[in-house]
Amino acid sequence: MRWAVIQFPASNCDQDALHVLKEVLGQDADYVWHKETSLDGVDAVLLPGGFSYGDYLRCGAIARFSPIMPAVKVAAAAGKTVLGICNGFQILCESGLLPGVLVRNASLHFRCETLPVKVENATTRFTGEYKTGQVLRLPIAHGEGHYVADDATLDSLFANKQVLFTYCNADGKNTPESNPNGSQRHIAGICNRAGNVLGLMPHPERAAEKILGSDDGLGLFTSILRSQKA
Amino acid sequence: MIRAQVIVRPRKSIFDPQGDAVCRAIQHLGVASLKQAHVGKCIELELEGDDVEKARAQLDTICKDLLSNPVIEDYVLTLSTPAHGK
Amino acid sequence: MTDPAITPELVAKHGLTPEEFSRIKEILGRDPNFTELGIFSVMWSEHCSYKNSRLELRKFPTTGPSVVVKAGEENAGVIDIGDGWGIAFKMESHNHPSAVEPFQGAATGVGGILRDIFTMGARPVFLMNSLRFGDIRPNKPNAATNRRLLSGVVAGIAHYGNCIGVPTVGGEIYFDASYDGNPLVNVFCLGTLRIKDIRRGAATGVGNPVFYVGNRTGRDGLAGAAFASRDLTEASKEDRPAVQVGDPFIEKLLLEACLELFEHPEAVVGVQDMGAAGLTCSTCETASRGNSGIEIDLALVPQREPGMTPYETMLSESQERMLIIVRQGHEKTVLDIFEKWDIPCAEIGRVTDDGLMRVKNHGVTVAEIPAKKLADEAPLYKRDARRPADLDARQKLDLANVPEPAPLDLQLMLEKLMAAPDLASKRWVYRQYDHMVRVGTITAPGSDAAVVRVPTGDKSWKYLAASVDCNAHYVALEPRLGALIAVAECARNLAMTGAEPLALTDNLNFGNPHNPENFYQLQQAVDGLAEGCRAWNIPVTGGNVSLYNQSPAGAIDPTPTVGIVGIIRDPAHITPSHFQNEGDAIVLIGNLGDELGASLYLREVHSLKRGRPPELDIEREKKMHEAVRAAIRAGHVRSAHDLAEGGLLVSLAECATGGAKRLGAHVHLEKNSSRLDALLFGESQSRALLSVRPENLDALLALFKSHGVPAQRIGAVGGSKLIVDVKSGSNAHTTLNWDVSALYQAWNGALDSYLE
Repeated sequence: MRWAVIQFPASNCDQDALHVLKEVLGQDADYVWHKETSLDGVDAVLLPGGFSYGDYLRCGAIARFSPIMPAVKVAAAAGKTVLGICNGFQILCESGLLPGVLVRNASLHFRCETLPVKVENATTRFTGEYKTGQVLRLPIAHGEGHYVADDATLDSLFANKQVLFTYCNADGKNTPESNPNGSQRHIAGICNRAGNVLGLMPHPERAAEKILGSDDGLGLFTSILRSQKA
Repeated sequence: MIRAQVIVRPRKSIFDPQGDAVCRAIQHLGVASLKQAHVGKCIELELEGDDVEKARAQLDTICKDLLSNPVIEDYVLTLSTPAHGK
Repeated sequence: MTDPAITPELVAKHGLTPEEFSRIKEILGRDPNFTELGIFSVMWSEHCSYKNSRLELRKFPTTGPSVVVKAGEENAGVIDIGDGWGIAFKMESHNHPSAVEPFQGAATGVGGILRDIFTMGARPVFLMNSLRFGDIRPNKPNAATNRRLLSGVVAGIAHYGNCIGVPTVGGEIYFDASYDGNPLVNVFCLGTLRIKDIRRGAATGVGNPVFYVGNRTGRDGLAGAAFASRDLTEASKEDRPAVQVGDPFIEKLLLEACLELFEHPEAVVGVQDMGAAGLTCSTCETASRGNSGIEIDLALVPQREPGMTPYETMLSESQERMLIIVRQGHEKTVLDIFEKWDIPCAEIGRVTDDGLMRVKNHGVTVAEIPAKKLADEAPLYKRDARRPADLDARQKLDLANVPEPAPLDLQLMLEKLMAAPDLASKRWVYRQYDHMVRVGTITAPGSDAAVVRVPTGDKSWKYLAASVDCNAHYVALEPRLGALIAVAECARNLAMTGAEPLALTDNLNFGNPHNPENFYQLQQAVDGLAEGCRAWNIPVTGGNVSLYNQSPAGAIDPTPTVGIVGIIRDPAHITPSHFQNEGDAIVLIGNLGDELGASLYLREVHSLKRGRPPELDIEREKKMHEAVRAAIRAGHVRSAHDLAEGGLLVSLAECATGGAKRLGAHVHLEKNSSRLDALLFGESQSRALLSVRPENLDALLALFKSHGVPAQRIGAVGGSKLIVDVKSGSNAHTTLNWDVSALYQAWNGALDSYLE
């Protein structure tokens, strides 16, 4: 699979994403600078974490106007895999590729820690290697991870099984205490209706090697690879 | 009832990185004539009663102590009573 | 607009003595003009020239086989770590700005140290910090202010470090009334680079263009400037920002653009960041290093404010700016890269051969100063030093006057101590730092030392360990010994993770150097640090001095913070700090100690800051580190945690509560001295707690014996309680026990309860 890791000004998890794709998974992966306009020949697009444009105004608000974004939208419409991690998720929401918006954590503090995240739907190209209900340990690191959408949207997301990940406790239960940022309905990651665009706040690329503490995030990437072969 | 609006802005000549980033973004979106942008906050308050001067005195303190950081921000406090029209 | 006349009052307002002014006249062969006066005043300020401390700093050992760039040569020292790779690291302070505006003061401190690292051509890979505040507990004086400062500083560090994508992986935070009003914010950064790619900051090659890149220049930092070039009215006060605002977004762009530019070595002759006194410092220093001259025209400098005077432009402390000396003919390479990253970039001058720093404004010369004399020949002072008059008295500790707590009191005391701000879990703080970005962090914050893997090309890694340490209470009570212990403790923390120390950076935080008692402390502390460095054979690669940390109430405790970086050759040897498994044997390394002098226990329980710090036998300490590393290499060690503040009992409690698995322990001790509290809380040095698989115990004990280091099994990991059974005499026993979960609640929830 050919991967493109988009670099926006002040993306800072781009190197981590490329490392996992190239060095851990042996994929053909390259950076694409935000000023480019083509994603021809690319099978999968990754929008990495970071603080694009300093998170000024609103997270992702300026990045969504980057010259590369029309090509990202075309790729999404064509059914290519589009994965937005953390700031990438924020950009996907600001650009309308995913519904809802990410706002300031309820605690008002940035939070960086590894916590339990539940796989809500294991039938998608992003989660095929997991089991529904499986509890993963994934790192989060964000100040604006609080997912918000109106009730109709939230109902629809759950009804259409577009909610792929929720925050939970070690036993897999969604509780107020296990929700690190106040996300509505404990949402940690959602996909679009067609199931090819995923945005999630946790960082699977930081949980892809055992030496770093957890490799529960590797399954997300291998799910994508497996679905491509299929 | 008294309505108060507080506009909090970066102080003149304090570096405003957010303003700079927004200015560049707007220029890139086609408004080449844009020279400067500054980003601040708007806080809207509603109080009971109609003693505007008392409210002003109280809110001035709140503006200095809480709503703005006088080291790097200025504020403009505007009060109105709907009964007196807008 | 005419410049003010140079009067003695104006000179004094610029912080220059009449003798210094005479020297300036000698150097110039005439009177300085207003702009030149400003330039000298910043270059010869304590902050830039270290004029009060340089003579002392010469005592530091700075050479060694692994030193590639020495302390003082460039912005940061560089150490060779093998296979053609090096590390550039340094620690710096931003104390006074953080007292004024904690968020931006701390944020810009992070920005500054990051630039010092990437200006060397190194990619910053991790940050640490050492912070000190006054007490934050509800009943303490100034607690509300101290909480505000702590929150602001932590948020500022988080804001800048997280945005730029460099993980903050460790540090220390301490609280003491001596820091009321004078918080300490010391920030450490380490970067990696190939030795062949080291960038230096020299301006060479006559005619080579000088480029300015980064944020535009404004009037930042000029509120502190001695005199305005126009009358200061209320209106113009507005124009003088009291604080610099950091922009981590543009610094990230600057970092990437610079590293990209450095891939074109043919284009870059020299590079220097613009830190304190930005344009002034960077131009004269690069010229001095290059034994050349430099000429710039301020009309070409990107400016944020209209109508800035040369004085203002040269003294401005606007952040996120670099000076690049480019090889003639390669200007386009530079312009293209900075245009790609959308960063202001302007050619502002050229390198000359006349040894002068010449500043023009619209073609008219406004300042002309011999660069070397300005940069390198600041006056040096030998300050008077006098042993503090009350030091002898403070060192006296008569334990007869310190009531021994009953066992039940001791029982209650541990929970209270674990909730003391100095000991409490710092999770409230480090949860705000992204400590995982760059997928290199191996040990989570809360460990004895941070362990980070750094890529060294071709899917290979090196494993670095780092810690920052200083027990300022020890230094206050015996400066030389306290500083020596800072080095020993830092090296000890590294040994606990399996690392060998490589080199050291220091941040000396002291009060007003014109006070002989303060200067005595500085002098003695430097002696202690130097002795420690020689003992561990580690060079000082650079550091920072922050003086005048003083309020009407007095000076801060002398705080010589040290940061040591070490290396772990094999990732299999990376060792955690806390208990790992039920059934593991607990081994005490070193002797049962009983030294209560200068201890946390005396401070927290008896409100006493007295006594001599514990003894340190350097050879014994060194042997202990070697033996622990040998045991780790032999595969015998499951966890290792040193004994420090709070002594044995606190260290045990930390092992039980600090890990991912909270595990109890049952421990048997034999009282060696008359006091139970001395046994449990004494801070005798050179000690550690290891946990060991039972089947490895004999081999481990034999190994320590062969190294001549005391080691004894004192108990086992297991259960949900921490049980300490103390035998005194032939038959008497005292048994103390705590629920590990209760200890954990007290320890984990303390900062939250003070701050939320």
